[in-house]
Amino acid sequence: MREPRLVEVRRNVLKQNDVIARALREQFQAAGVFVVSLVSSPGSGKTALLEKILTQLQPQYRVAALVGDLATENDAIRLARSKAPVRQITTGTLCHLEAAMVQRALQGWELNQLDYLFIENVGNLVCPSSYDLGEGLRLVLMSVTEGEDKPLKYPTIFNSSDVAVITKNELAAAVEFDWEAARQRIESVRPGMQIFRLSAKTGEGMQGFQDFLAQRLAEHRALAHP
Amino acid sequence: MHELAIAMGIVEAATEEGQRRGVRVSAVHLRLGALSGVVKDALVSAYQVACGDSPLAGSRLIVEDVPVVILCPKCKDDKTLISLQSFTCPDCGTPTMNIVRGKELEVFALEVEDEEVPR
Repeated sequence: MREPRLVEVRRNVLKQNDVIARALREQFQAAGVFVVSLVSSPGSGKTALLEKILTQLQPQYRVAALVGDLATENDAIRLARSKAPVRQITTGTLCHLEAAMVQRALQGWELNQLDYLFIENVGNLVCPSSYDLGEGLRLVLMSVTEGEDKPLKYPTIFNSSDVAVITKNELAAAVEFDWEAARQRIESVRPGMQIFRLSAKTGEGMQGFQDFLAQRLAEHRALAHP
Repeated sequence: MHELAIAMGIVEAATEEGQRRGVRVSAVHLRLGALSGVVKDALVSAYQVACGDSPLAGSRLIVEDVPVVILCPKCKDDKTLISLQSFTCPDCGTPTMNIVRGKELEVFALEVEDEEVPR
């Protein structure tokens, strides 16, 4: 007679990813590179923002980018116009990046030759929230054309991100974007979250965003070499 | 839809734990935080697919929902969040991001049967 019994195991299902993410974070810290990841729904302007910020940072800083996409290499081609080193991670049918993919994509890159590394996640507001990539800062993007209630519909991704960026601000008036409602909703799902409002197209708000990144890079390095 | 990938991770972990103990796993108990980013119903469906013809085929996935618990800085006490849409203390209304629980994605127990020993 076989008796069923209960045994305690306590295993984190994402442990493998978390272990790699931790190793990556240590590696980034040691190399002095500040890693920024971007998450958003498809079409929120991750690639446009990245193209702009890569171009803007380059005279002064050494930058590179990894870009995740389901099937195409179009984003990598767009970003290559900024002249920054760019690598594509094609995920196939997978809806998110995992730490191991980042680790593999970084092989052969000398991280200590970089100031900033940007990681563009697959356009998706659900799945990326579960996976730590070892980044120092996670940005969640939301375009004015998506409306103000994205934070309430996808609280988990806002919760797992550090800073919110409202994009395509040049269209705000045309779509009657309610800035105050958006601000309140972000504050509601993630109290204290810093928010940037910008337009990669016109350049509005880009300088403030760049200054913020510069400040975070300085803080990151002060922490590594006190 | 990353639930299939998560389900495969669960099956892999439970299979390993079962084999290490030399037992057959009949059910997997999972703690699932409201902030884990995983949808319960999708996960339960994906679990059957993930079991496939593995040693866990026919086993059940039992999910224990873990609500988000915050530490209210004003009440100085753990409080269960009412809604993911509002990170505020349910009693005093103070906003906070001091998350104590709710991100769990953890296999915490297995229901097992000893393998029959041939006589």
